[in-house]
Amino acid sequence: MSSRRSRSRQPGVSRISDDQIADLVSKLQQLIPEIRNRRSDKVSASKVLQETCNYIRNLHREVDDLSDRLSALLASTDTDSDQAAIIRSLLM
Amino acid sequence: MTSNRVFFNTSSRKARCARRFLQSLLRIRQRRPGSLSSEEVRQRSRRIKMAAYSSMACTVGSRRAWSRAIIFRLQSRAGRHGRMRRRCLGVKKKPSREMSQADRLRDLVPGGEALDFCNLLEETAHYIKCLSSQVEIMKSIADIYCRS
Repeated sequence: MSSRRSRSRQPGVSRISDDQIADLVSKLQQLIPEIRNRRSDKVSASKVLQETCNYIRNLHREVDDLSDRLSALLASTDTDSDQAAIIRSLLM
Repeated sequence: MTSNRVFFNTSSRKARCARRFLQSLLRIRQRRPGSLSSEEVRQRSRRIKMAAYSSMACTVGSRRAWSRAIIFRLQSRAGRHGRMRRRCLGVKKKPSREMSQADRLRDLVPGGEALDFCNLLEETAHYIKCLSSQVEIMKSIADIYCRS
């Protein structure tokens, strides 16, 4: 339907209330550091979604980079006794 | 008083995820110990990335659409012995101007294609929490390996 493609605020499904959506959007807002730090009340839903997408892409990229880093590091460490120490420090 | 038994919900999930990921990591190292060619290092990096998403999803289990989607993709990939494709972990669609924000989000969140907008937002919130938690785990491990 063309409503899915329009830039308006209306969701495609009518049985979900706007309040519900606004609620979820504000919940998302709290999770995204970009928006949370700006402390602005006037963030539109569209902006929240946009920042969410950017944030997720950044996280994916971080996972990629950290995988590369860990792969390089695994070559240089060769003791298995790290494991207990690592878990202990991760639990703190 | 410090006690080892104090487990909040989040740290317990995070600890389980960390443990699972660490075990995968050590298994990956044991497969081919010693120094590797740069191609092998790249291949190992892909395995580590898979282990990251796998431990993240398996810790959550089937409770969430995104975790189910990841588990399903990893299992069907394992059956085919295929090379790792980025598409499998939920990344690949060419963004076009006609796509709505919600569709872009559906591309990024595993399992998002089948969700209505409301559920998509809920899944996204949970996915973001777990993903950032996973990134923290990987950073901690990398730092510890760097130091030792």
